[in-house]
Amino acid sequence: MSNIIDIKDLSYVYLPGTPYEQQALKDINMVLNQGELLGLFGGNGSGKSTLAKLLNGLLYPSRGKVRVCGIDTSIKELRNELWKKVGLVFQYPEQQIFEANIYDEVAYGPRNLGLKEAEVKSRVYQALEKVGLLPETLVNLSPVKLSGGVRRRIAIAGVLALEPEILILDEPMAGLDPLGQELMLDIIKKRQEMGTQSTIIISHNLKDIIALADKIAILEKGSLLFYGEVAELLENIDILSRFHLELPDYLQVVYALKARGKRTNRDISNLDEAGLELIQIISSQKGN
Amino acid sequence: MSGRAENMIQLIDVSKEYKMADSCRVALQHINLTISEGEYIGILGLNQSGKSTLARLLNGLLKPTTGQVLINGMATDSPQEIRQIRQLLGMVFQNPDNQLICPVVEEEIAFGPENLGLPPEEVNKRVDWALELVGMQEMRYHAPHLLSGGQKQKVALASVLAMQPRYLVLDEPTSMLDPLSRREILEHLCRINQENHITIILISHHPEDLLDAKRLILLHEGSIYMQGTPKEVFKDMEKLKAIGLKRPGLYQLIQQVEEEGYRIDDNIKTIPQLVEMICRI
Ligand SMILES: Nc1ncnc2c1ncn2[C@@H]1O[C@H](COP(=O)(O)OP(=O)(O)O)[C@@H](O)[C@H]1O
Ligand SMILES: Nc1ncnc2c1ncn2[C@@H]1O[C@H](COP(=O)(O)OP(=O)(O)O)[C@@H](O)[C@H]1O
Ligand SMILES: [Mg+2]
Ligand SMILES: [Mg+2]
Repeated sequence: MSNIIDIKDLSYVYLPGTPYEQQALKDINMVLNQGELLGLFGGNGSGKSTLAKLLNGLLYPSRGKVRVCGIDTSIKELRNELWKKVGLVFQYPEQQIFEANIYDEVAYGPRNLGLKEAEVKSRVYQALEKVGLLPETLVNLSPVKLSGGVRRRIAIAGVLALEPEILILDEPMAGLDPLGQELMLDIIKKRQEMGTQSTIIISHNLKDIIALADKIAILEKGSLLFYGEVAELLENIDILSRFHLELPDYLQVVYALKARGKRTNRDISNLDEAGLELIQIISSQKGN
Repeated sequence: MSGRAENMIQLIDVSKEYKMADSCRVALQHINLTISEGEYIGILGLNQSGKSTLARLLNGLLKPTTGQVLINGMATDSPQEIRQIRQLLGMVFQNPDNQLICPVVEEEIAFGPENLGLPPEEVNKRVDWALELVGMQEMRYHAPHLLSGGQKQKVALASVLAMQPRYLVLDEPTSMLDPLSRREILEHLCRINQENHITIILISHHPEDLLDAKRLILLHEGSIYMQGTPKEVFKDMEKLKAIGLKRPGLYQLIQQVEEEGYRIDDNIKTIPQLVEMICRI
């Protein structure tokens, strides 16, 4: 079985039948293969977090079907099973850290699984290492005294320690400064290099995810505007024309040249090459 | 002739230390800075560099440990002046949820002017004016808590603008917003600065947010590390890298092109603009 996620005709409505009724997702279809990294992109309120909660069974579909690791998420009896397989890190998870020291915070989940303390310990240390925190010096510190970025990494370690098959990170970069964002990207890249684990990164920043993802989903007002490989996205002029300012810098150059009907002479895959192309354009125009 | 002290913010050798139970943390040290009315200032720095401390010193929420903060000649540590200082200098924060308290947008924006004791007609005029400035007229009778993040931030901005401050300090106002709402807010700030001559002091840890600033102040570990136009600051890649900041790609491209002897207009603020300009050379 290679489809780790299978979503069919999914719709979700908050508070149905009340004056506050809100359709958050409309007719979503997508499949994700095992080991792939999905970047889920959309503006504020487009339905990203709702989709994340549907994937780990915190919400049930109003219509349609969601299967994750072969489990139908609407079957209540299988929820515990589902939660072991799908690790969801909420937006701003650093606001929900309760334990008195880092070790206990990360150990909370594994202990709840009923694991032996030796196993808990090995998982805690591994998870902390994955998020770039050196366990030996840190485990006894109190999380409240640490910066927001470090606290977020601790929260992620808490979910990694459950060793989920799918990790969903809801806006992992939001609010971090450039240094913190760089660290977060490294953590995600390392996980991806493992090969068999699937990850979903939710972001309102296309730049962040385009460099990492195998597949991109774009949500707009609850509908799936685009779903496909990154390469397909970069061929889709309609979509790009709407989101061109959201592209990585070198791709903004590529797209802007394309949009002006300029043919590029080189393969542009980074900013230096984009700059060289611009210089060449200037000198060829001066030559005419 | 330089401006009179009445029309500027002056920080004179300002340091700020936070005293804690068992230790003491220096958040800002020896800051000397003058900001004239009408300027658009960007304050850039990584987390913990002292940006929020600086913001809170400006409106007197914090007092300097040493040195003086003068707003149009009034010292922020003088209890008699603080009310007037808060009228002159408005603050918008990162998370609008903490700032919005009223059940209806209109009331939210009227709250400040009403507290100033202004007559109802004047309050009403200011609500109209502020809503228009941020493009939220249609949302006048909506509930703030049901708006999107970007809309909430615009309401928070409007409610500060309704006080008609001379200076507007914004502490990471876009960090919770998606790129579209973020650009909208930045466009409004530009307009407010150019058309209404309100001084903008915009704080962010993202260089991309600050390209509209006429002057960029880069804070690092509580000191001013660099200062200049965005172009001047972003030219020195090595110096930025040394403290873990990357410059916007636009400025790398501009430098690459200028090194070949072509001059790029200072008005260019996005990569598509740059490409378009180059295609027209
Ligand atoms: N608990 C809730 N009750 C009612 N409406 C909600 C709730 N959570 C989210 N919504 C609405 O559903 C839509 C999608 O929200 P969300 O999934 O949080 O979007 P995103 O994560 O993309 O910002 C929005 O219009 C939002 O207001
Ligand atoms: N209330 C406080 N008590 C103690 N230390 C503080 C307090 N607020 C800020 N600091 C410290 O002052 C320094 C500067 O913080 P801050 O002004 O918040 O920076 P920034 O806004 O750039 O992240 C940091 O080292 C921070 O830990
Ligand atoms: Mg969300
Ligand atoms: Mg701050």
